[in-house]
Amino acid sequence: MTVTYEDALATYEPVMGLEVHVELGTKTKMFCGCSTALGADPNTQTCPTCLGMPGALPVVNAVGVESAIKIGLALNCEIAEWCRFARKNYFYPDMPKNFQTSQYDEPIAFNGYLDVQLEDGEIFRVEIERAHMEEDTGKSLHVGGATGRIHGASHSLLDYNRAGIPLIEIVTKPITGAGERAPEIARAYVAELRELIRALEVSEARMEQGQMRCDVNLSLMLPGAEKFGTRSETKNVNSLRSVERAVRSEISRHAEVLNGGGTIIQETRHFHEDTGSTTSGRVKEEAEDYRYFPEPDLVPVAPARAWVEELRAVLPELPRVRRNRLREEWGVGEHDMQSILNAGAVDLIVATIGEGASSAAARKWWMGELARRSNEDGVELAELKITPAQVARVAALVDEGSLNDKLARQVIEGVLAGEGGPDEVVAARGLAIVKDEGALGAAVDEAIAANGAIADKVRGGKVQAVGALVGAVMKATRGQADAGRARELILEKLGVEG
Amino acid sequence: MPGITREEVAHLAKLARLELSSAELDHFAGQLDDIIGAVAAVSDVADADVPPTSHPLPLTNVMRQDEVRPSLTPEQALSGAPAQEQQRFKVPQILGEE
Repeated sequence: MTVTYEDALATYEPVMGLEVHVELGTKTKMFCGCSTALGADPNTQTCPTCLGMPGALPVVNAVGVESAIKIGLALNCEIAEWCRFARKNYFYPDMPKNFQTSQYDEPIAFNGYLDVQLEDGEIFRVEIERAHMEEDTGKSLHVGGATGRIHGASHSLLDYNRAGIPLIEIVTKPITGAGERAPEIARAYVAELRELIRALEVSEARMEQGQMRCDVNLSLMLPGAEKFGTRSETKNVNSLRSVERAVRSEISRHAEVLNGGGTIIQETRHFHEDTGSTTSGRVKEEAEDYRYFPEPDLVPVAPARAWVEELRAVLPELPRVRRNRLREEWGVGEHDMQSILNAGAVDLIVATIGEGASSAAARKWWMGELARRSNEDGVELAELKITPAQVARVAALVDEGSLNDKLARQVIEGVLAGEGGPDEVVAARGLAIVKDEGALGAAVDEAIAANGAIADKVRGGKVQAVGALVGAVMKATRGQADAGRARELILEKLGVEG
Repeated sequence: MPGITREEVAHLAKLARLELSSAELDHFAGQLDDIIGAVAAVSDVADADVPPTSHPLPLTNVMRQDEVRPSLTPEQALSGAPAQEQQRFKVPQILGEE
């Protein structure tokens, strides 16, 4: 019998553990000078070190270590005075060395926390167990089976361009007490972590490109139980929405198994975007045995305290703090700020204000016309072919009365279509408001002459009827007149006080 | 003495994806036992004031700047591969995974 999410939570308490891997944005790999640029041809960014050739000597990337310390500090962690790398031994063709260089019992950062803000403004503290340095694996291409699956494949093809790219793995302590808000907290944590990583400028953390990947560990326990239940480990959940759905679906699945008198098997599971549920992956029959041992080819890392303090001193404002500050500066509500955040518009609005626009105008264009276009075209706001400076210029043209909103939208359309900057589009399309008083006056005279009955009404005191005359003027000028000025002129000519 | 058992050798062989016969398990258990015994002699001479170490050199913080160095050409990278396809290393079917 299917157990609903609500029923599951009426009986059990969920316990979560989240492991997030962040690919750093360094120019080179963690232990060699090969480029990390995306999209290169297969096996063009490898060397004896990242291919695991005998005798090759790895040397750690200073920026990789610096990034790890920054992340650790931003997560309120202690930074190890001395730590080592370790070999995690396992056989899988995506690791040419047959081991992954990682950290074991001596992570560079440990014992921290991240406060995350939930939709209703509540702050939930997620405790951080550790953040450690390691390296990414190569990419496999499975051939001969159904569309890229291992199952049924006849052989696999390996591209090691990604092997050795620096990763920071961030592991939470078990998250308890989340209750029914577990899925929301998981999502908020990953979202906050993503913003933090971006603010630190150590990675773009684009989940859709695999630069940030999340594993969700989940178990259920009865209230008051002393031991956690058996957990499942859902691998590579790669969007915020999926993190939320994976937690939710695992809570229901576990409850269903437990209610039916079954036991949860410790296993890895795969999340499926289409169904929002997980399926069984590899069963862990025995505890993993990676035979970790200290990496003899890399000397220990002992970050000088002065260096750590230097990095601490220049940490950026935390995303949550910045968001609250901006929300107050802009005078918007919690809900609107959330929309701005979800739309990925915060930085764009900040930049547009920096280019001279008012916060109201910057928000109006990014969250209005531009958000509409990004939805329509299915691209991120930041990917639209318009810069904050150009948006600010459009806003300025509206402010000075050269454009009205309707014309401004046409200008934006022109910029997005690659017709040049706002001024070029205005000139090329002839979009400026008609400021020529002579031309406007003529259009007003025509409108009055053609609509005698309405003009009489206005003369007779029905001032609101003037709208129809303004409309006629706008129509005659193809929308390029300043409607406010047209109204003034009409009333003047009819001898009526506005 | 450590006393490496047959079962431990069988476990190691499994981790290393090696197929060992029953006779080989006995053989290697004895050999490994001898090797570990020989290495363990180090702890007879090392006092409590000599901590275990993973590196012979008293160095820390050997790091490189984040500057791109030339990589191998794909031809060079693949030159030692037993098989290749689409400029990638070709490996046999991967088992035991979904």
